Amino acid sequence: MSAREPLPEAQLEDNGLLRFLTCGSVDDGKSTLIGRLLYDSKSILADALATLERTSRKRGLDAVDLSLLTDGLQAEREQGITIDVAYRYFSTGTRKYIIADAPGHEQYTRNMVTAASTADLAIILVDARKGVLTQTRRHSHIAHLVGIPHLVVAVNKMDLADYSQEFFDRIRQDYLRFAAPLGIRDVRFIPISALAGDMVVERGNRLPWYKGPTLMELLESSPPAHNEAPEQFRFPVQHVCRPRTAEHHDYRGYMGRIESGEIAIGDEVQVLPSGRKTRVRDIRLLDRCLPQAGSGRSVTLLLEDEVDISRGDMIVSPSRTPSVTKRIEAMVCWLAESPMTPGGKYVVRHTTRETKALVTAIEYRQDINALKRSAGGRLEMNDIGSVSFKLAQPLFVDPYRGNRSTGAFILIDEATNNTVGAGMIV
Amino acid sequence: MRDVLLKDRARAAAPALDHLDWLEAEAIHILREVAGQCSNPVLLFSGGKDSICLLRLAEKAFRPGRFPFPLLHVDTGHNYAEVVAFRDRRAAELGERLLVRSVEDSMARGTVVLKSPGESRNKHQSVTLLEAIAEFAFDACIGGARRDEEKARAKERVFSFRDDFGQWDPKNQRPELWNLYNARIHPGENIRAFPISNWTELDVWQYIAREQLELPSIYFAHTRPVVRRSGTLVPVTPLTPPRGGEAIEQVSVRFRTVGDVTCTAPVESVAGTVEQIIAETAATTITERGATRLDDQTSEASMEQRKKEGYF
Repeated sequence: MSAREPLPEAQLEDNGLLRFLTCGSVDDGKSTLIGRLLYDSKSILADALATLERTSRKRGLDAVDLSLLTDGLQAEREQGITIDVAYRYFSTGTRKYIIADAPGHEQYTRNMVTAASTADLAIILVDARKGVLTQTRRHSHIAHLVGIPHLVVAVNKMDLADYSQEFFDRIRQDYLRFAAPLGIRDVRFIPISALAGDMVVERGNRLPWYKGPTLMELLESSPPAHNEAPEQFRFPVQHVCRPRTAEHHDYRGYMGRIESGEIAIGDEVQVLPSGRKTRVRDIRLLDRCLPQAGSGRSVTLLLEDEVDISRGDMIVSPSRTPSVTKRIEAMVCWLAESPMTPGGKYVVRHTTRETKALVTAIEYRQDINALKRSAGGRLEMNDIGSVSFKLAQPLFVDPYRGNRSTGAFILIDEATNNTVGAGMIV
Repeated sequence: MRDVLLKDRARAAAPALDHLDWLEAEAIHILREVAGQCSNPVLLFSGGKDSICLLRLAEKAFRPGRFPFPLLHVDTGHNYAEVVAFRDRRAAELGERLLVRSVEDSMARGTVVLKSPGESRNKHQSVTLLEAIAEFAFDACIGGARRDEEKARAKERVFSFRDDFGQWDPKNQRPELWNLYNARIHPGENIRAFPISNWTELDVWQYIAREQLELPSIYFAHTRPVVRRSGTLVPVTPLTPPRGGEAIEQVSVRFRTVGDVTCTAPVESVAGTVEQIIAETAATTITERGATRLDDQTSEASMEQRKKEGYF
């Protein structure tokens, strides 16, 4: 069969991919900041710029409005607001970036949770003149709740605050005072002017007292996805390949994406729900054999023993297995118009597994503005609360804090087929 | 014995994924989710570079098995011959089933009526696609659209829901969190799945280079008669003759997108290899659709409008 591949050469040029979230309200200059990142990293092309200039003129603006780059939908252009998560792309030559641009209004908490779910880093915008506001706390709280490992507080509009260090220091102290009790640890502060371009990509010369990295330098050096804490091997099976052809008569390949941890040929694994143990015989990516594969890779596993495995099963490391459970407790963000109430039944989609769930209790609602809890009862759209479920079939779960893949699920309304809730297992 | 050897060897960490590895892994995951959640999907294959990448990703997702879906091309009847020949050859090499449904058949049925014989058939592909979906009862169509192509696409989901009229409702999309996709639909409704949503044009070219994928020849520089019309190059063909007063020039060009002859324009280029195209793409100053799609410039909102009507 195919030869073993040598380990790939060190790739100095490619620092992988970073997904980040930008949050702030309409007035914080979020769109201008994204426009600035795209503009200064030379990611805006000539014809897009020409459209931008034309539109800016049409609206009677003197200078090019960088924020116009990011409002996509007709309805949003008409209302001058952002109502949905938009994804933007740029590349610096060493790293590719995916920006999830989330709207700031309170009624769009669900959109921010959506954008946060895939982000490795969040940029939280604060207006230097206004300081830490209710919404700053809300955004930080959601970012933390959804498990974004790195937060960056960008104190924007320094140009309107005389580039004053005092303003910046006060905001920093205010922020740390409320962030500490939340358990937010990795947070960085940068004074910027998205409008003038200071400390975004270029340093500029108006903030000499600030010695830290620019925003772009921080993005370039932030650890890429999944490269931080060691995690247990989790491989939800998506597809079983049994070609049953003459050439591949006994072939059984288990196809999926390594959600966390890593695996090497010869490693012992356990299959859930059966509990059977076996070893990895081969790791395939088309005609390549990988000696080992890490988190994020989509591969095909071949096992030493014939085990009955189907889609929805999970192959895991036997040393620390996930809980196999029919009862879960989770923080749920409610996404739908009609509220969630105890007794409600939904479909749960967790990794590649689907089962029915009954809401047994809504313990409390989390007030994400005031950082306090209020009585449960029901969850309205954009509410976040603690919910207990009873499941028809067991799921294989880890706490979300330790594993963003096996700790997450969505809820689907069986009548409408809509996605109505997002859950993070406690 | 083998265990002992493996234990003795100090275990190095698995290499970190570079950006193409990551994009590839995500796309394979999406393709397998379509196969796992949908009962009768189809992959839209035009012979263009994005759908050529999709085929490679499908090989990585499902080989040594067959693809769990056929391939479908909605043919306007106005495609470049090189691309059509490539399409047929590639499908045959893969040993997968290729279905072709034609806008001309829809015209014969009377479901597509052109305003004038010269009108572009591109937007009418929606009708033929919806007819094919109904004919085969497809519940999901896998396509090669990317979010960086156009403003309206930046907010589209990876699994994008279409109602029983094939319409996209941008203001009422299903929330899409983590990598948990929801493909549940009622009969008559449809999911459009976009495995390379997060790729840019440059990513596509880099992937083509890395995987050494073959492309139709018109993607590479060749000399072709063109006229210059409001900033774009219009190829001179029987379908797109020069207008009065326009001078025909022989120019070295390549196509950045391939589609209907009447609405696909080339760019000036001498890039004869994928590497040269990557160098040009990295340095380019015109977005892919801006320079090369004669139909998207009509209004800022034109793509959004067409998508609402069922366009891919």
